[in-house]
Amino acid sequence: MKITTARRISQIFFFTLFIWLCVVTTLGAKFTQLSGWLVNIFLHLDPLAALATVFSTHRLYAPLVWSVLIIVLTIVIGRFFCGFICPFGALHQFISYLAHKNKTTKQLVELHKYRKGQNIKYYILIAFLVIAALPGLQNIQTGLLDPIPLFTRTVNILLLPIIDNPVNVLSATDRLYKTAPLVLSVFLIFILLNFVLPRFFCQFICPLGALFGILNRTSIWRINRNSKCTDCKLCNKNCQGSCQPSETVKLSECLLCFNCLDDCKFDAIDFNTASSNAVQSEPDLSRRGVLAAAFTGLLAMPAFKLIASPNSDGIIRPPGALNEKEFAKRCIKCGQCMRLCPTNVIQPSGIENGLTNLWTPTMNNRTGSSGCQLDCVACGYICPTAAIRPMTLAEKLGKGNFADKGPVKIGTACFDRAKCLPWAFNIPCIVCQENCPVSPKAIYTRLVYANVIDATIKVKSINRDTIYLDDGTLSPNRFATGDYYCLITSGLQNIRRKIVSNSSDAITISGENIIDAVRPGSVQIQIELQQPYVDPQKCIGCGICQHECPVSGSGAVIVTALGQTREK
Amino acid sequence: MENKDKISRRDFLARIAKAGISAAAVCSTAKLLYESDVQKMFSATPPLTGFRDYSVPAVAGKTISIVSGADRTQTVRKAVELLGGIDRFVKPGETVLLKPNIGFARPARIGATSHPDIIAEITKLCYEQAKARKIYITDNPINDPASCFELSGIAAAAAKSGAEIILPRTNLFRSVSLKGAKLIQNWPVLYEPLAKVDKVIGIAAVKDHARSGASMTMKNWYGLLGGARNNFHQDINTIIVELTMLVKPSFVILDGTETMVSNGPTGGSASDLKRTDTMIAGCDQIAVDAFGATLLDLTPASLPYLQRAEQLNLGTTDYQSLKPVYAKIEGAI
Repeated sequence: MKITTARRISQIFFFTLFIWLCVVTTLGAKFTQLSGWLVNIFLHLDPLAALATVFSTHRLYAPLVWSVLIIVLTIVIGRFFCGFICPFGALHQFISYLAHKNKTTKQLVELHKYRKGQNIKYYILIAFLVIAALPGLQNIQTGLLDPIPLFTRTVNILLLPIIDNPVNVLSATDRLYKTAPLVLSVFLIFILLNFVLPRFFCQFICPLGALFGILNRTSIWRINRNSKCTDCKLCNKNCQGSCQPSETVKLSECLLCFNCLDDCKFDAIDFNTASSNAVQSEPDLSRRGVLAAAFTGLLAMPAFKLIASPNSDGIIRPPGALNEKEFAKRCIKCGQCMRLCPTNVIQPSGIENGLTNLWTPTMNNRTGSSGCQLDCVACGYICPTAAIRPMTLAEKLGKGNFADKGPVKIGTACFDRAKCLPWAFNIPCIVCQENCPVSPKAIYTRLVYANVIDATIKVKSINRDTIYLDDGTLSPNRFATGDYYCLITSGLQNIRRKIVSNSSDAITISGENIIDAVRPGSVQIQIELQQPYVDPQKCIGCGICQHECPVSGSGAVIVTALGQTREK
Repeated sequence: MENKDKISRRDFLARIAKAGISAAAVCSTAKLLYESDVQKMFSATPPLTGFRDYSVPAVAGKTISIVSGADRTQTVRKAVELLGGIDRFVKPGETVLLKPNIGFARPARIGATSHPDIIAEITKLCYEQAKARKIYITDNPINDPASCFELSGIAAAAAKSGAEIILPRTNLFRSVSLKGAKLIQNWPVLYEPLAKVDKVIGIAAVKDHARSGASMTMKNWYGLLGGARNNFHQDINTIIVELTMLVKPSFVILDGTETMVSNGPTGGSASDLKRTDTMIAGCDQIAVDAFGATLLDLTPASLPYLQRAEQLNLGTTDYQSLKPVYAKIEGAI
């Protein structure tokens, strides 16, 4: 078997595996669900995720140790990850193949020549790493362009919902992600750039590729030409990294696609322990460029601080999310929490929370099925970098060993009394109270009886449980919902009776013989209202009240970051 | 040269034919779709008017049974037996839908959801005694559906006893306009699971409910509603009555083994539950709920939806008039 065939098999395998692992990132015990699949393995193999978090936190989070395997192998044999494993790279390669398959050899050679602009990815990497490492900033932005989080996010919150929502196989209800259009545009741009130049993303943008390009300088085996070369340049024809095997190979750009080995008709390309003179092992970086990139990263700190304060500043994050400063050191924007969350309440942030928080997880209680589900801690266990830390159900609920700490608080619900139906419109409701999962409930109600505005009614006569009215203008059974009362004033005494039914000129009330003494006069119709209040001591900010609130828009009960545990 | 510029007669005719056919197709399509009445542009296809009647012929003295005891498996078996046995309701080869209340993703011990023991026992009775062909279970819960079925233990009970769970997928809902209803008009209802079965059994627990007073078998049908059903809370008694009009089940089971006396319908702590050791089965939902209300120390008269359902002749709140069959299962679990 040719090595390029082996490479293609490997790419197809890892691409399929990647998609499969995204598919099975569904809460559940079936074979096609989470059940024990290593769904984070690509993210944990990602050296850039590991390096950036090491720069920001000065620690290597245990599962990220997998990335050491890739780093060591890259040091020894080069950028095999790009050529053989990277699912995003495989996708670009396939699109590039489709885009350029009808081109002539001459055009292909031209397309695949080395371009100075391929340096840009190194500068992107340097700027990202400076941002990650700088004391006072320590903010991970690699996830914006790191292909593994980028592609994971794209599949999780864009491609899978597009495919699954019409058929509802993975999720019984449709999955919605509010910033998916932005994810789509980024994805489309990178896909379409393959029509300009093959594997454009890999060659010009990919900061992970740049990291590999720096790591592979000591690789033991390299691509290089031998003396049989006739200088025909055919080896450039399908070169995936545009590392120009026809000249002095630029080792840092070589993706180990091995197409040159295949394309050479003269057996002039070797993959061997060539001397360091035969290849250029360092990337084409200029000192000025490196300084400029580092300076860009440095300037990013004050720039970001203009638009996003280092504390949480009102951002509501999933339970178990670290305090904002620590969170920013870890979140790689992969969207795994958003994919796994059974209620779809975890949403990728837009830029409304500051540029740095783009695509980080926030809670939007108005999307999904029911706020943050009480007996669920899935997001903390899926997070590949512990930006949302794993926590037991006992800790989340404040039970067992955590009883003295109390439950983890995501935020606190606040009523908007100008919108709340019982408060603003005298309409009974309290869906929020019903759904409050805390026991005793964090939403309590006080009973009030409000006068119905157009319903002071002149009484003709009263007989047992029926009040006959002066005029017959009531719409039948308007007051028969079980929520209306008659307030009958009898001397100094007010008697309030529930209305059972009404016709146009009579009202039937519950109970009998209680108002015999009442002389005809007028009665006031009242509506019984349970007006809701939040007990901030008990509220955990799960947001189901906000989700279930029938008032459109953001609802009349709104979870705020007030009192959230993570900032304590 | 000249000939090259000129089109041949044959080509010209062919071109005319093609253009003519295309133009005619466009015109006739436009004619077909033409609508002069603007009102007709908006009138939707007439929605469904409800479900068929799943009830079975009444048998005097076997309308409601009340069994006291602590073990749900035993009490529910006895309660069904006292109604005449499962084979009174389910015939061999029939399909049955169980509609438990699985509103929340909480474990069974919280009591917020129907108990898996009841599901397991009813499924077993349907299969073994009534020789039913297939048992389905469905509900449109408040929390994530898959989590609700899983955490409540009902998924496990179903898997063990051979019942099939139908998750409330979007494509299973149909727009329903219930005759005589004010609220259920053009409303999405979890229609398909009921439409495809021969019998329907409602299963609910007795739970405190601040807005309506009590959540029992009638309120349980709320779990068949889709859409922005939270809007119905503003007229809770009307929606419960309409739900009772909507579904005429074969029979219902009301679990009063542990009554949720506070913080309903979600509950959450042991102190919200009170042991009342009662299992009720019946063909008259209103009578069953009227008895259930007493477990919450409420009178049927204090629950407007019971009163209004009775006025509409959907059943009776005077359960005593139905001569309930009582039984007691001795011994604790």
